[in-house]
Amino acid sequence: MNFTASKQPENCLLGPESDSQRTLYPYVTGTSVVALKYKDGILMAADMGGSYGSTLRYKSVERMKPIGKHSLLGASGEISDFQEILKYLDELILYDNMWDDGNSLGPKEVHNYLTRVMYNRRNKFNPLWNSLVLGGVKKGEKYLGTVSMIGVNFEDNHVATGFGNHLARPILRQEWHENLSFEDGVKLLEKCMRVLLYRDRSAINKLQIAKITEEGMTISPPYSLKTYWEFSAFENPTQGAVGSW
Amino acid sequence: MFRNQYDTDVTTWSPAGRLFQVEYAMEAVKQGSATIGLRSKTHVVLGCVNKANSELSSHQKKIFKVDDHIGVAIAGLTADGRVLSRYMRNECINYNFTYESPLPVGRLVVQLADKAQVCTQRSWKRPYGVGLLVAGLDESGAHLYYNCPSGNYFEYQAFAIGSRSQAAKTYLERRFENFADSSRDDLVKDALMAIRETLQGETLKSSICTVAVVGVGEPFHILDQETVQQMINAFEIVGEQEGPAAEPDAAAGQEAAAEQGGSTDEGVAPMDI
Repeated sequence: MNFTASKQPENCLLGPESDSQRTLYPYVTGTSVVALKYKDGILMAADMGGSYGSTLRYKSVERMKPIGKHSLLGASGEISDFQEILKYLDELILYDNMWDDGNSLGPKEVHNYLTRVMYNRRNKFNPLWNSLVLGGVKKGEKYLGTVSMIGVNFEDNHVATGFGNHLARPILRQEWHENLSFEDGVKLLEKCMRVLLYRDRSAINKLQIAKITEEGMTISPPYSLKTYWEFSAFENPTQGAVGSW
Repeated sequence: MFRNQYDTDVTTWSPAGRLFQVEYAMEAVKQGSATIGLRSKTHVVLGCVNKANSELSSHQKKIFKVDDHIGVAIAGLTADGRVLSRYMRNECINYNFTYESPLPVGRLVVQLADKAQVCTQRSWKRPYGVGLLVAGLDESGAHLYYNCPSGNYFEYQAFAIGSRSQAAKTYLERRFENFADSSRDDLVKDALMAIRETLQGETLKSSICTVAVVGVGEPFHILDQETVQQMINAFEIVGEQEGPAAEPDAAAGQEAAAEQGGSTDEGVAPMDI
């Protein structure tokens, strides 16, 4: 007898495949990742939270990792799927290094590889439940792209996942410009992360900012943002709201 | 060549440690018509002699575009060459689809060599009877490789394969030190002159040779007959004056096919510039 809980409706067309385990919903998730291009490369920020539903369960999850010599990957969504992706990429980079010739996979190549992986998984109805941000610099060329769990991919000067798309992107659209200095880039990212901290329930106040340039990748130790809760708008927030108390 | 008792199949070693079938396959390459390749830091030129069987037929295709940045010229069993070109094109397309980036030549060449090696170690196969001159661009610049039926591959500054290739090799050996910094047009000129060497007396015309170029900012393409002929003519002029490689022709994409109309044996010494 089959004890696995597969919620297949009777008119399911999946046939013999329907018994295998497929991702139906995520369990431990990370929230937004925000990234932008600046003068020397890419800056990326993500908090260190791993939520278990509405519980903020894990508070030291590193959601950004270096890939090879030239790239940086940040992920939101299911943490175990992110770890799986890191294994795929590890193998990819290993084989690339084993060629031992003058060539190496740059951020564009890694981004496209990831797009293929995500899209093919989606086609099999077994997605890797992540939104990925891939940034890097190779031979002076800066690259920043994103891939979603359904395989939607694009490049831009600044990208974000999840809530970041709604809260951080508008700020970036207003304030991003070419050739930001490192300090300005960090300030801009912190501004975005602060808004997310105020407004995203799954955000925690412990974040890292990663930087990747031609020289390499560095990731800051975890730190927290200063917050201010004395805004007058925060007092009696539901004063004018209809049907609230 | 020799009839041996160890040459029946490729999986039999001779007592001297040779695989005769593989060596016989390399002979097939030597029987093919001449093919040459040479490179500078930024460009690679491939050229070959293309003689049609009869006046009624067209000549065999010996140069294949594999991708925008890679091309190959073959000598030997052209059917084998065609099949390997298809394999190379496939590999390039697949890599490009996954990585949106061109397949580095160096890696393609290794894959090709590994494919050839398989045929030297299976009793139900035979080695490919074709030598390939692979020209391509990489992150590290322009490259020219030679893949042989044995499964070996070598990188060259300039090389020639096929029948009467020794004459071309001699010419290239004398001049190769200058190739690295040659201009694109000079490189094509040298290619045509090398082809001329293999013709040994016959007039070099664009109808019997093919030239192709790949370079930084220039995707791989085969030069058309007219362009080749114009370059040949330019060289004839230059050849008589024994001058340096100046091209009086206006057309920009000229190939330097260095041939002269007159008989080569008489009096005109090889250019020792």
